[in-house]
Amino acid sequence: MKLESLKAAVLSLLFLGLFLGIWHLATLPKGEAQSAHDEYAKLLGKGTKKSEGFPSLAQMGEAAAAQLKDPLYDRGPNDKGIAIQLGHSLGRVAAGYALAMLFAVPLGFLIGMSPLLHSALNPFIQVLKPISPLAWMPLALYTIKDSSVSGVFVIFICSVWPMLINTAFGVASVRREWLNVARTLEVTPFRKAFAVILPAAAPTILTGMRISIGIAWLVIVAAEMLVGGTGIGYFVWNEWNNLNLTNVIFAILVIGVVGMLLDFAIGRLQKAVTYIE
Amino acid sequence: MSFLQIESLARRYGPTTVFEQVGFTMEKGEFVCIVGHSGCGKTTILNILAGLDAASAGTVVMDNREVAGPSLDRGVVFQGHALMPWLSAMSNIAFAVKSRWPHWNRIQVQTHCQKFIDLVGLTGAEHKKPAELSGGMKQRVGIARAFAIQPKMLLLDEPFGALDALTRGTIQDELLRICEATRQTVFMITHDVDEAILLADKILLMSNGPNACIAEIVENTIAKPRDRHSIHHDEQYYRIRNHLVDFLVNRSKLYQSGELRRPAQPPYVRPGLHGVASARIVNLRH
Repeated sequence: MKLESLKAAVLSLLFLGLFLGIWHLATLPKGEAQSAHDEYAKLLGKGTKKSEGFPSLAQMGEAAAAQLKDPLYDRGPNDKGIAIQLGHSLGRVAAGYALAMLFAVPLGFLIGMSPLLHSALNPFIQVLKPISPLAWMPLALYTIKDSSVSGVFVIFICSVWPMLINTAFGVASVRREWLNVARTLEVTPFRKAFAVILPAAAPTILTGMRISIGIAWLVIVAAEMLVGGTGIGYFVWNEWNNLNLTNVIFAILVIGVVGMLLDFAIGRLQKAVTYIE
Repeated sequence: MSFLQIESLARRYGPTTVFEQVGFTMEKGEFVCIVGHSGCGKTTILNILAGLDAASAGTVVMDNREVAGPSLDRGVVFQGHALMPWLSAMSNIAFAVKSRWPHWNRIQVQTHCQKFIDLVGLTGAEHKKPAELSGGMKQRVGIARAFAIQPKMLLLDEPFGALDALTRGTIQDELLRICEATRQTVFMITHDVDEAILLADKILLMSNGPNACIAEIVENTIAKPRDRHSIHHDEQYYRIRNHLVDFLVNRSKLYQSGELRRPAQPPYVRPGLHGVASARIVNLRH
């Protein structure tokens, strides 16, 4: 087992090396052959100092080092450190996600417990679920009149469905025999909900929450690109407008790592409530 | 007035009558087994006694009170143990104990649970989750949970069905010992004829369903205490056993076709004694 994971790690490093190697080779300055045309290049305004297309690994390293050296700088609305931008994004995701949880878990509980409510609300859920969360943005901006809060709303609306559906499903599929045990023990409804149904449905609820956090992190980038102002999504768009590809690539990497960490955190939580039957 | 009185009980699902005219009584401290083929409604009867299912007709009166809905007075051991997998053995039992005595403090609950864990021989496995326990141990936790609330009556739905013969024997012995010690009233479903003879004072024989009924009530004439290791040497053992097997193999299906008449009151049968049994059975034919 240990040997297997060691092998896998070595292989992973090998793949990374291969990828970086290809990148490095692909972005090598075109050496001797081009130097003959240097004069011509200068004439065309393509000085050697200027960035030439896709950034090289060295340029990436410099940009990353510069960003990480001072992640908290703030030089006006269009120039903030990566950590500040990330903080804004994470704050919006946290707010929208928490609101979604407060709304979806109790409602999902009710839907799961009552087949009537399930049938009554299911058409709405089925229609609302496939709507791209960004489609809500104009409506949100019009009604809320605040771009940052609209972002929170968009996160809310995209994280609510997986949580709602999974909670309802988890609650509805609690094993009948556990409910019968509770019934024969004359357990109060409150205690039944918290001591039997909630722990029984917790793994399914957490599955929904894990899907939601993934979607929320996908959506926040797009939402911030759209409304601008602050956030990692806005940062990416801003750097694109600056034609600073190194910063764009660096931000992409950061988005990936943060997304992974968010998923990892909920995954740990999920593991903690999962039981073996 | 008997401890438990069941009168003309029936359960119908739409046009299908699972069983009807089911009536019998149980005394306090009595161990009653019900035997019959699948589909005759044994589990339905048990669920009605537990209050988990409602009868279509008839009444169940326990201790002078009509049974309507589940109650802590009746402990149930479910077929598939029904333990909550996220709780340890101890916590599963504690869940029941806290339901029975909500005002007990933690130490009272703990001591009470430990007593019943020791009683079913699970000392040392208190803090294991059900997934870490063997099938026999899980069923023991289920039994301990039902006993721990000290119900007036215990209902067991084929509790040993999924166990291997060896484990089944050990737990049967334990159940017998606990029941003798606590004078517990027990109603139990089983498919195992030998188990019924070992445990039961009275064996209810059900005809095949649908339209099932209680065809006979067999009295266990082997004196208590009955011991698994020597019971088959009792001269009554094979008489009772043969009678039960005969019923299950040959007679249980004859009630549907009308070859045997459904008794208004199921006759008491004592196989092998004074020829009562055979005489009665012959009389029922017409």
